[in-house]
Amino acid sequence: MATTAHEPPRIDDRRPMSSGNGGGGRNVSPGAGSLRTVRDYAPPPASTAIWVLLASISMTFLALTSALIVRQGAALDWQHVTLPGILYFNTAVLIASSVTLTVGRRKVAASVGPLANTGAQPALWLNVTLALGLLFVAGQYVAWLQLRSEGLYLATNPNSSFFYLLTAMHALHVIGGLGGLARVIRKFNRSVLKKTTLDATARYWHFMDVLWIYLLWLLWAKI
Amino acid sequence: MAKLFAITIIVIAIVSAIPILRHTWWLAPDISTHGAPIDEQTSETMAEAGISFVASQIILALFIWRFSGARAGEKIKNLPGGAKAMVWAAFLLVGTEVLALGVFGVKAWATVYLTPPAANAMPIQVQAGQFAFYFRYPGPDGTFGAIHPELINEGNQNFYGLDTDHDPDAKDDIVTAEMAIPVNREIHLLMHSKDVGHSFFVPELRVHQDFVPGLDLTLHFTATKIGRYELVCTQLCGLGHYNMKAYLSVMSPEDFDAWLKQQAALQ
Amino acid sequence: MHDMPAQGHVAHHAPPTSFIRKYVFSLDHKVIGKQYYGLALVAVVVGMFLSWLMRIHLGWTNYAIPGLHFLSSNGAPGNVMTPEFYLQLMTMHATIMVFFVLTTAPFAAFGNYFLPIQVGAEDMPFPHINMSSFWVTFAAFLFLVASFFVGDGPTLGGWTQYAPLSAVGSVGGPGEGTGVVLWAISIGLFCVGQLLGSLNFITTTLDMRTRGMSLWRLPLSAWAWFITSCMGLTAFAVLMPACILLILDHVAGTSFFVPSNLVINDQLQPHSGGSTLLWQHLFWFFGHPEVYIAIVPGMGIVSHVLVTNMRKPMLSHRVLIYSMGALAVLSYMVYGHHMFVSGMNPVSSLAFSFPTLVITIPSTIIVLIWLGSLYGAKLRINSASLFALGFISMFIAGGVSGFFLAQPSVDIMLHATYFVVGHFHMVMGVAAMFGIFAGTYFWFPKMFGRTMNETLGKVHFWLTFVGTYAIFMPFHYLGLAGNVRRYQAFVDDYTQRLIPVHQFITIAALFTGAVQLIFLYNLIHSRFWGEPASDNPWEATSLEWSTPTTPPPHNNFGEKLPEVFHDPYQYGVEGAKGDYVMQVSPEKVSTAHDEA
Repeated sequence: MATTAHEPPRIDDRRPMSSGNGGGGRNVSPGAGSLRTVRDYAPPPASTAIWVLLASISMTFLALTSALIVRQGAALDWQHVTLPGILYFNTAVLIASSVTLTVGRRKVAASVGPLANTGAQPALWLNVTLALGLLFVAGQYVAWLQLRSEGLYLATNPNSSFFYLLTAMHALHVIGGLGGLARVIRKFNRSVLKKTTLDATARYWHFMDVLWIYLLWLLWAKI
Repeated sequence: MAKLFAITIIVIAIVSAIPILRHTWWLAPDISTHGAPIDEQTSETMAEAGISFVASQIILALFIWRFSGARAGEKIKNLPGGAKAMVWAAFLLVGTEVLALGVFGVKAWATVYLTPPAANAMPIQVQAGQFAFYFRYPGPDGTFGAIHPELINEGNQNFYGLDTDHDPDAKDDIVTAEMAIPVNREIHLLMHSKDVGHSFFVPELRVHQDFVPGLDLTLHFTATKIGRYELVCTQLCGLGHYNMKAYLSVMSPEDFDAWLKQQAALQ
Repeated sequence: MHDMPAQGHVAHHAPPTSFIRKYVFSLDHKVIGKQYYGLALVAVVVGMFLSWLMRIHLGWTNYAIPGLHFLSSNGAPGNVMTPEFYLQLMTMHATIMVFFVLTTAPFAAFGNYFLPIQVGAEDMPFPHINMSSFWVTFAAFLFLVASFFVGDGPTLGGWTQYAPLSAVGSVGGPGEGTGVVLWAISIGLFCVGQLLGSLNFITTTLDMRTRGMSLWRLPLSAWAWFITSCMGLTAFAVLMPACILLILDHVAGTSFFVPSNLVINDQLQPHSGGSTLLWQHLFWFFGHPEVYIAIVPGMGIVSHVLVTNMRKPMLSHRVLIYSMGALAVLSYMVYGHHMFVSGMNPVSSLAFSFPTLVITIPSTIIVLIWLGSLYGAKLRINSASLFALGFISMFIAGGVSGFFLAQPSVDIMLHATYFVVGHFHMVMGVAAMFGIFAGTYFWFPKMFGRTMNETLGKVHFWLTFVGTYAIFMPFHYLGLAGNVRRYQAFVDDYTQRLIPVHQFITIAALFTGAVQLIFLYNLIHSRFWGEPASDNPWEATSLEWSTPTTPPPHNNFGEKLPEVFHDPYQYGVEGAKGDYVMQVSPEKVSTAHDEA
């Protein structure tokens, strides 16, 4: 057999699964053994997708944060806006919704499988989460009305501009999360809900919670 | 066809290099005191870029020439040294070259932008607005009058919004549409934008700086050669951008004094 | 036996039957890829046409271009282009080309079509989101084109839309009214579309690989698309809020980017306190990664095409991947080199120049690996490989002018001149385009089951290669001579002698543009009447060449998903059938170049 100019590595049948693989155990030679002895693991796409989405959303709010900081330092017209009290109530509502969602997830897990606890009412908890989410959005709108009654509109001063902008951007993403939750509830009621869907939606929702706490701090802090 | 392609690459590389080597179209002659390191930096970069360009195109051409076709009877082979050699080459050749350029370029940059103007530099203000430059000399009192944006009125030629009735500093300010400076005298240029973004560029003076609305920036430079030069706007500012320019005259000190007196009389 | 793959759940969708589901609102990544390609094709024709109008005007400023007044209600009285119309055409040319051609074709079009196949999947994991990403991008294009038909026309502020000109509204002049808002909406939508696309690309690469397909076994094109989508994720997510802030300044009276005391037309503007540099920082934080988004897929495609035609592997697969990754990471640290004389702190300029110089290193490594891999090859010359080789030549040519622009002191003389325009046209307008051409000639047989005409392809290559050098090399000379960019005419004394150079460029541009008609004809004619293609006409190794039919069936691989046994690019292997071993081939060849 002719040889190549250099001696390449030979495929070694007896070599175990190599390390340094990137994708969860796929760098395997089938070798002489059965393929079924190879355990493949792939992260569910929904899980990866949510992390990707959250990374992107984080970048957007990071950009807005840097815009806020630069704008604050650019001129002397920064007038601190006292946050309407309802914002704190809304925050509590949002945190509560994260709690009810976590409970709901546990109930969902308890309601399927061989040891199903048929007393669990996961649908109730999920619906409560949805309702709390809607309440949050409504509360944000009330906050806007309160600001308007104080004469603070979008263009009144740079701080008010950022207030409306950041709360609106966040609320828009929350509404997206509400859509995701509604989808989860619909699928659960039709018994076609996958764990990965529920997990991904829940992760998104909790992120909205954490993001809101960050934005609240940003707007509250006398930077 | 491979050989023809190889020849074409080499011809294009050489033809491209000719106008550079012959300076057919080149930088305007330098009339500044700080321009020599800039020009030196540019020439060094040109040498390194030029050599890299021509050499790599020739290597590409040679390899295409030599290693195309089925080459029956020959085996494929790898470049001695392999990928490692390429990585080392990149780090050593390019790494040292670019870092050297960067390090030496710091000084050229710092002389222009990171040094303060001399104490006796002559202050001149330039205001950029759609689509003209206007210059202001402080007059005998050496102080510029305040700018009142709400008083700006192009129709009345009050380009700077000066309140000459009530502001004593503004009374003797001299506003002109052409810039004149004495030769060999350092100028402290105060830059102000009336409306949108513009830029100050005089190729011969080796100065280039954007006007930033809301930020009053400064430049300092000294011209070493008498003559008439063009100042052009290089930051897109609207439909008149292409036409936004002014003349800069570098004069002997006597001629400059005479010019300034003449301008003062026209206020 | 039906071998179920052990990867993540795919949203199985049955082959569509209705016309709408098959060709319009399709969930199939292959159709979506072709739709993106079609969008890019329309965009490039429009963008190129705009550039012809610009070039004619630059060479012969007072020339009455026949029919020009049809394009604008007031931009071309008597068919002579007004200064504002020139700037509007320029802005639209750049916006269309950068976004709807250079980001769309090499990344969204070819990536959507081939990434799932190259990893061995049936489709992307989120076909509905994928479909939305195309239609959102399409809507973005419509918004942009709509600006030709509003009030005083499209925006004229350049694709960079610097504030405050872009933010003050119509008072800034013609072209600063509704056109700006439409531009910002269009680009904001474009960002959303690309984010949705990146979502699918990343999850496909990480979660949908078939059995045996480790990350290192992915072809270089797949890696390039993956790296690009990671860049897109972060970069577009910053441009989108910037566009929102711009719209608010424009229509809602906010002052994010507009400072106080601006006087336009003798009127004090109502804004106050904003920062014009803030727009530049936000824009270029996106803008620099964007140009790498435009070139990295091309690098992946060119590497992929080149390896197949060299009949030997690259010197190092992994070094190329690491280098593309390094480019992506460094691209975020260099953006300030667009702002050296912008009025930002001059120390920042020095700070940005060092990573800008350092980014030369991975670019050089990539070029040297390509050149070094050519050594000892058995290079096949065809349209695809010619464009791939042309890419290398063009990337070198465009890259070396970067040495100048990376240094602030040298940039003093070259900022905002034609030198910059020459630099970015060489790398984007030519090299990236060559990547698109190489990908087209290479993958056309697989996408459409027919071959393109080789003779026409070679003619297209030769005339385009020489033509683009003739157009863009002189830009560098103009820049050295101080020719400022974005001028609709040259009225300065020192530029008068440069006008004949512009006229030469115009003629070269019109000629080279006309040559592209050969490509268009070849593309369309071959699509319907080309010679039928075999499944693997290039004797290539990656998964797209092992589909059971050509074009691939609806679920790409038929009954069974493939299993991968080899690294990609097993060429020059002896003892195998032919000189190559396909990734899916179970034959164990001892002379294969598989790395661990």
